[in-house]
Amino acid sequence: MSLAEITRVSLAKDLRLEWRSKDAINSMLFFALLVVVIFSFSFDPTAEESRHIAGGLIWVAFLFAAVVALNQTWARELRNQVLDAYRVSPAPANALFISKAVGNFIFVAVLETLMAPLFMVFYNLRSIGPAYELVVVAILATWALVANGTFFAAMSIRTRSREVMLPLILFPISIPALLAMVSATTAILTGEGSARFWVVLLAVYDVVFTTVCLLLFETVLHAE
Amino acid sequence: MKFLYAAYAATWLIHITYLALLSRRYRRLRDEMQEFHKK
Amino acid sequence: MRRLFVILALLTFGLLTFALYEGVVAAPTEQTMGEVQRIFYYHVPSAVTAFTLFLINFVVSIIYLARRSPRADALAVSTAEVGVVFCTVVLVTGPLWARPVWGIWWTWDARLTSTLLLWLIYVSYLILRRYSTSGQTPVIAAVLAVFGFLDVPFVYLANRLFRTQHPQPVYFGGPGSGADPRMTFALLMNMAAFFAFAALVVWLRFRLERARQDFEETQALEALLLPDVRSPR
Repeated sequence: MSLAEITRVSLAKDLRLEWRSKDAINSMLFFALLVVVIFSFSFDPTAEESRHIAGGLIWVAFLFAAVVALNQTWARELRNQVLDAYRVSPAPANALFISKAVGNFIFVAVLETLMAPLFMVFYNLRSIGPAYELVVVAILATWALVANGTFFAAMSIRTRSREVMLPLILFPISIPALLAMVSATTAILTGEGSARFWVVLLAVYDVVFTTVCLLLFETVLHAE
Repeated sequence: MKFLYAAYAATWLIHITYLALLSRRYRRLRDEMQEFHKK
Repeated sequence: MRRLFVILALLTFGLLTFALYEGVVAAPTEQTMGEVQRIFYYHVPSAVTAFTLFLINFVVSIIYLARRSPRADALAVSTAEVGVVFCTVVLVTGPLWARPVWGIWWTWDARLTSTLLLWLIYVSYLILRRYSTSGQTPVIAAVLAVFGFLDVPFVYLANRLFRTQHPQPVYFGGPGSGADPRMTFALLMNMAAFFAFAALVVWLRFRLERARQDFEETQALEALLLPDVRSPR
């Protein structure tokens, strides 16, 4: 089977399992909601001010929720010795990575789609800049978090306190991307400043780190 | 200026702390090796 | 080897003392900031040294991934640790300089923030090494090191743009501007001194790591070769 086929099969399996149990999406949703509510206590969200802060809040909420999804990325594989089986099979390692990353991307994207109207309601948000640009930012940003996150989740499998280790190694490296996504979102929402540089930065970040992930995943897979 | 002294002192404090940490690890390794070769 | 080490140690000590003299006494006092500016002679060389160490860590990590040589791994962990130490010095001397000059302990300007992030990245590297239970820790750590260093340009770029969008305390006019040659000399002397000092400490850490690697290998061999008393044969 080719890379594309294996990826597709693996991805379909993950999506099917998730659709049946709805584990990840439920916990992510609830978590994101909690974050939104808790943050709402830290400032008084009038429409004008909230637009400046909302960008940061939104992405922090999504980041934490994404970590919930990322942490359980490989749990199922570990429990059933799938990783060992995969290692001895002739299947290309990257198929596994891509399927997991795309799966996570879909989960987080669904979360974002569900949370977006909530944000608009809670913070009286109406974007001053063109809203479709927000979609572009969201796609690039989500991929940045999810690609590195899936990879780092694989790296932190054999560590003590695995669930803490993932955010611990992921966050510092993701900070430039976080900065870019927050700045871009804020620029679009407030209509002040150009989001273009940030979008370009995100795109370059995505390309560079996805390449590195693809180059090194096989090494990590065999290193457990 | 006391900030100047504080900065220089802090620098050396940090370096000396690390070197002390290293020497402690050296000693621990040596103890382990002696323990091991005794058996 | 031993003799070379002693020579380096003496050289380092000499350089450090001379550089200290140059920085604190011989170099002229800066016009706008006064004596406090002399922190610069410790702050900047430490930053350059830290960055160089992290660069070496990056190169050595790649070498490790290619060749799986234990010496590469030992050098990787050594440079990372010593790099974090120097980076800590930068993060401590920075605020101590900022407070009297700008009146604030910290500012989220591009350089300080980038340094803080660098520190965070490599501390996370060290924590991963310590908490990993895999037998292949060096491999995973090396991969993280590659990611970490590749992130550095992004960190710098992102911070540069972000912080120039906001009003900044004006950075010192640059001791390089109207460069008094004695200041440049003091700076270079301190750079050389701290480079030598870093080399010394990395050497010590490297030897410790190699000793531990050899010891663990010996332990493993012993366990393999020793007959198991409880086996039926």
